[in-house]
Amino acid sequence: MIPGVDGFMYPNEVELQWSVLIVLYPYITGLVAGAFILASLERVFKVEAVRPTYRLALLTALAFLLVAPLPLQLHLGHPERSFEMYLTPHTSSAMAMFGFVYLWYLTVVLLLEIWLEYRAEIVQLAQSSRGPKRWIYRALTLGSYNISPEALRVDDKVGYAVTVIGIPSAFLLHGYVGFIFGSVKANPWWSTPLMPIVFLFSAMVSGIAAVMVLYTVSSKLRRTPIDMRCLDTIARYLFYTFVIDFTLEMLDLIHRTYESDESFRSLDFMVHTRLWGSQVILQIVLGTLVPLVLLAANQLFRIPEGRRKAMYMTAGGLILVGIFAMRWNVVIGGQLFSKSFLGYTTYKMELVTREGLLPAILLLLLPFAIFLVLVKLLPPWREGKAHEA
Amino acid sequence: MDITRRDMFQIGGKLLVLASVGATLEQITGAAPPSEAYRMADHWWGMIIDIDKCIGCGNCVRACSKENNVPEGYFRTWVERYEIEAEDQQPHVESPGGAIDGFPPSTHTKLKSFYVPKLCNHCADSPCVQVCPVGATFVSPDGVVLVDQTYCLGCRYCVQACPYGCRYLHPETNTVDKCTLCYHRITQGLTTACCENCPTGARQLVDFKNPKDPVHEILRTHKVEVLKPYMATRAKVYYENLDGAVR
Repeated sequence: MIPGVDGFMYPNEVELQWSVLIVLYPYITGLVAGAFILASLERVFKVEAVRPTYRLALLTALAFLLVAPLPLQLHLGHPERSFEMYLTPHTSSAMAMFGFVYLWYLTVVLLLEIWLEYRAEIVQLAQSSRGPKRWIYRALTLGSYNISPEALRVDDKVGYAVTVIGIPSAFLLHGYVGFIFGSVKANPWWSTPLMPIVFLFSAMVSGIAAVMVLYTVSSKLRRTPIDMRCLDTIARYLFYTFVIDFTLEMLDLIHRTYESDESFRSLDFMVHTRLWGSQVILQIVLGTLVPLVLLAANQLFRIPEGRRKAMYMTAGGLILVGIFAMRWNVVIGGQLFSKSFLGYTTYKMELVTREGLLPAILLLLLPFAIFLVLVKLLPPWREGKAHEA
Repeated sequence: MDITRRDMFQIGGKLLVLASVGATLEQITGAAPPSEAYRMADHWWGMIIDIDKCIGCGNCVRACSKENNVPEGYFRTWVERYEIEAEDQQPHVESPGGAIDGFPPSTHTKLKSFYVPKLCNHCADSPCVQVCPVGATFVSPDGVVLVDQTYCLGCRYCVQACPYGCRYLHPETNTVDKCTLCYHRITQGLTTACCENCPTGARQLVDFKNPKDPVHEILRTHKVEVLKPYMATRAKVYYENLDGAVR
């Protein structure tokens, strides 16, 4: 008997090839896509109520996007060769496009939109700051100091166009990540055309929840009042998106159960044993049903402000854990059963190795550190300016 | 198994990529250059395995391991023992250490039992080749799925995409490794290490482009099957007397 193995695994399957780092990859890109979609609500769909979170959402997206390729780099057997994906991409590979999708999203969408949004302030800060800060802001102006009303009007127009392009790009970014898994026909746990769309909606849910939590926490830390109209609106959109996401996931589940193809017995057993804690308890009950009830209650009843905030925060926190569990169940769950459908293996997470728990925790904390630097450099707070536009 | 013009363009493109990174076939396969008489375009390699002839001795696994310096705990080929106790039950399958030391006596009171040697199926429509983000894994013009060790990123997408569990990450090179069909031997006019050491002739290297190869007679007169035919990979490892329970 091989330790950790029940039944029969093909001999090369015993060891998992995609570790917790690959769990982080869809989780982080999902947060990026979701945060950006929330930002676009204000910019393109004119949902004025969420304006206080517009810049926060953009900076959140950037902080996470900058970290997104790092778990992949750490995971590669030869990270020094990763650049080959740009030089000689294999066009039939779903994975080969990641570098291009990533670069497109980072440079054409996010950096450009943030730069246009902040340009006037960057120019002012380049002129008013002293010391090294002055040089940083001067560099950030990219040599463009024209902040005449006419120039700012052009900025706004271009920024709008970039956001319009950004929405399908955000969909592409995360739908594409779903496709990387959904197109693996050898793995019935992954192989479903629903995967990209499930990934997309769960991304939106996690990103919106992340910005909602960040907005609440940062307002508390800065001792500024929370705009309840904004928070209520975010929670409402979060609820709608989550209902769609949950429906899609349940559709997938019902479809698999009803079809009961040759993989069903094996997968069903896995969900009832090895994935029971992370899938049923963490993802479905705590990460989905509880937050859905909390969010739904606020749509149905008038709840006092203090309790409402607590409910939103609880829902947001649980959603972030639940979506992480969902990524875990997809990535790790998809490798726990044998492709012979005759056995199961165990994921033995290491601690301080290259693909262990410690680097994973550090990679998950890194976006917050980047976020703090970004917030210092490009303050997203708009008190006093909130309604100038 | 003719190579179409489209195939030739694809193969040519891949070779161009390999040439552009300065890799030679010797570097990729770790083999001596093919003999001068060897022309890739004249061959299309595969294997035929007769389940009824396999005795589960593990000679093939040992030979492969030795010939190719396969790291301990990983397998380019292995043998599974199927034991089916009743028609409506899951088969009992095992492959202790890939059967490198054969099998212990069975403890099951079984209805039927048989051995299934496994290896890379060298699929013509290979999912591993399809998903490799840099084209480091490819089908050679003579039909062997190979990995360019000088180019592989070690992302292991191909390991996930292989329906048969034939790939692993080599712990020393940190690149993906798998059966090469003993490319260094077959291009010298030899057979694979596993076939050469099979005492019952259960495994036979076949060349679909050689009109004199017995494979043509076997395919015409025997009932053969590939593993997981619904995967539509155009696997080139054929099995005679394969039971429906085998996955």
